[in-house]
Amino acid sequence: MTDIKKPKRRDFLLTVTAATGAVGVGAAAWPLIDQMNPDASVKALASTEVDVSSVEPGQSITVLWRGKPVFIKRRTEEEINKARSVDIKDLKHPEKDEDRAKNPEWLVMLGVCTHLGCVPLSDKGEYGGWFCPCHGSHYDTSGRIRKGPAPTNMEVPKYEFLNSDTIKIG
Amino acid sequence: MSEHNYTPSSKFGKWFNDRLPLLTLANHLTDYPTPKNLNYWWTFGGILTFCLITQIITGLILAMHYVAHADLAFGSVEHIMRNVNYGWLIRYVHANGASMFFLAVYIHIFRSLYYGSYKSPREMIWILGMIIYVLMMAAAFMGYVLPWGQMSFWGATVITNLFSAIPLVGESVVTWLWGGYSVDNPTLTRFFSLHYLIPFLILGLVVLHIWALHVPGNNNPIGIDLKKPSKDTVPFHPYIVIKDLFALLIFLIIFALFVFYSPNILGHADNYIEANPLVTPAHIVPEWYLLPFYAILRSVPDKLLGVIAMFSAIFVLIILPWLDTSKVRSTIFRPLYKQFYWFLIADVLILGYVGAMPAEGIYLLVARVGTAYYFIHFLVILPILGRLEKPLEIPTSITDPVLGGSVQPSFVKSDKKKI
Amino acid sequence: MKIRLKVIFSFIAILSLITSLTAAEKAAKPLSPGWSFKGFFGKFDRASLQRGYQVYSEVCAACHSMKYLTYRNLAETGGPEFSVEQAKIIASNYEVTDGPDSDGEMFTRPARLSDNFVGPYPNEQAATAANGGAYPPDMSVLVKARKGGADYIYSVLLGYDEPPAGMTLDDGVYYNTYMAGNKIKMSNPLSEDLVEYIDGTKASNEQMAKDVTTFLAWAAEPTLEQRHKLGFRALIYLLIITVLVYFSMKRIWSRIETKV
Repeated sequence: MTDIKKPKRRDFLLTVTAATGAVGVGAAAWPLIDQMNPDASVKALASTEVDVSSVEPGQSITVLWRGKPVFIKRRTEEEINKARSVDIKDLKHPEKDEDRAKNPEWLVMLGVCTHLGCVPLSDKGEYGGWFCPCHGSHYDTSGRIRKGPAPTNMEVPKYEFLNSDTIKIG
Repeated sequence: MSEHNYTPSSKFGKWFNDRLPLLTLANHLTDYPTPKNLNYWWTFGGILTFCLITQIITGLILAMHYVAHADLAFGSVEHIMRNVNYGWLIRYVHANGASMFFLAVYIHIFRSLYYGSYKSPREMIWILGMIIYVLMMAAAFMGYVLPWGQMSFWGATVITNLFSAIPLVGESVVTWLWGGYSVDNPTLTRFFSLHYLIPFLILGLVVLHIWALHVPGNNNPIGIDLKKPSKDTVPFHPYIVIKDLFALLIFLIIFALFVFYSPNILGHADNYIEANPLVTPAHIVPEWYLLPFYAILRSVPDKLLGVIAMFSAIFVLIILPWLDTSKVRSTIFRPLYKQFYWFLIADVLILGYVGAMPAEGIYLLVARVGTAYYFIHFLVILPILGRLEKPLEIPTSITDPVLGGSVQPSFVKSDKKKI
Repeated sequence: MKIRLKVIFSFIAILSLITSLTAAEKAAKPLSPGWSFKGFFGKFDRASLQRGYQVYSEVCAACHSMKYLTYRNLAETGGPEFSVEQAKIIASNYEVTDGPDSDGEMFTRPARLSDNFVGPYPNEQAATAANGGAYPPDMSVLVKARKGGADYIYSVLLGYDEPPAGMTLDDGVYYNTYMAGNKIKMSNPLSEDLVEYIDGTKASNEQMAKDVTTFLAWAAEPTLEQRHKLGFRALIYLLIITVLVYFSMKRIWSRIETKV
């Protein structure tokens, strides 16, 4: 092969070129990654308005919002008392029921178990709230985790009462 | 060549390489002895590899957002352009990437024609290359159908109707291709499936193409056989790698100018009108890279013969190594062939031009003359020329180009630069 | 080298001959008012886009849909950049059909930002029937769907004229200097002061044509400004890395005697 003078030391020019090249490859990779993030039409998806006039105390309905179920539960006096009498120190994820349900009669939360995303069953479990059949997480009447593998309480989305009959989620 | 006795230095490397000789392969690729006089026309192999990978990656991404359904395809492309993060960039890279891919492949093919790279012992490289080229045309055509615009729809109709020229079974073949009685949703979904498949076939063939190349090694501008490794060769890495990279970057600048500043200039406005089976656009033309073949197709007044002429135009390229009877590879040493080479280039460019024009009057006449010359070049001139032509004397090595006497080094050098 | 020049010259000669022989019946050269969105740093003129939307919604939208646009687009960067509040108000002027509700009934509600532009007709057939058999094309990508782009649209809007002597036009067909074939089924949509611009600009035909064409150019290519910006950066980067690689190549090849 052709006689080659071996370079004696690491060449500064080559290092700069390689580093600049690496920056470029990284920058070019970003659009290829970012395209999998939610697109503009998904991000803009509107809020959902729900008519709750026909929900009786003790009943709950499930509506779809951003592709996920939202539980809207009209709680009975007994359930509210049960949720509010719990000592907050006993909770794995301490949250006051007053903070989760501004209007104590209505509990609105994402019906998604915080363990691995299954939908819990209502009126089941040891705490009279919800029970996730996938891996046995028990939630109380405020949707707070009480027993089982789930790390946190079920999430309360942003919502508001437009009037006494209509809830706007999102 | 050192790969036969290559041993990794680390213990783990040796253990791994004994079981799966990937390191031997990597060593072969980096040490691969390459002629040191390769000019920039030889950088298009690397550029084409880049093009293929870019098309595959952007294509995979587009397939994540595209919907292959006659009612939704056009809208899903608009969704990509408007809503998907950087969707416009990825689509424009893919669409213009097809054109850049063909630009590079044409330079690659004409480089081979100029320096006789298709001649013995490299016929297999050439034939594999031609199969890749045909597959590229198929992939490009089907890809162009996917946005389901007017040109997509009518291009698909016209090209699939070529097969109706087949005697007796033509109609059934076309119905089978369509999956219906016209180009419609079944056609779109199968084209999508095949468009997704073909690039991976091409990738496999590219591996074979490079494998076949690494058996005899690269041809070179002088076209002589080299002793490898020798004073005439350099290791592929870093010499050829950095040179290919430099050429690729120049290519990327042109690519970027298209993508960012005139992304639709190579397309047709009609393809932004959603497909409508009731209205044919006034002027149907394929993408620029298929125009010469389109001109050949239209220059023959008979349906079946036109189709045969078009496919023959590709077929003569495949059998080219046996049509060219000259033993001399490089055109540098073939004064007569050099003239005909440039005539052929002019002929193909003219065919491309008239292919974009309406098939009537002067255009049709020019297309017929151009078509006739195309076939005469390959079927008459090349076989005869090899016997008649008296080549210049050829040097025996790259490093001592004066041995023959009549070829001055300055001549070789200047030719290298200007080509 | 001589041979090659000869071939190239004769090639050019043949092409120019072919072109000159057929250059006869070409449509009139389109008008161009000069567009701010052309060129390396091209950007849309915001005020023109906002006025253009006004022309679209008050004039064009009577017949032409724009189904790939959404009301949120009006407030996005690189577009007319109405405020989100303004875009919400614009959207709420339109009614969309939604549902079914919990009783299974479809209902209408005011449009929201996430809704697509509401078109004037329920479907293509209705649009065709209402316009004497000529379907008013969807305008979402109209500028990209016409050869000549913005110049062409602008020219057609201003190209209405009396037909030349000897040319008779059917009912509902109009003469247009710039339209291919000179016949158009859309009557002249513009007349002086047809809209009353909110910003007080005088609504001459040229002004309205320019504004609405700018709006349509944005609608067809809403990412144009992002593209120009990113493209400029990409080119600067490519030039730098190309120079670096060039000198690296020289450095590496200097290890052997051969010139690269």
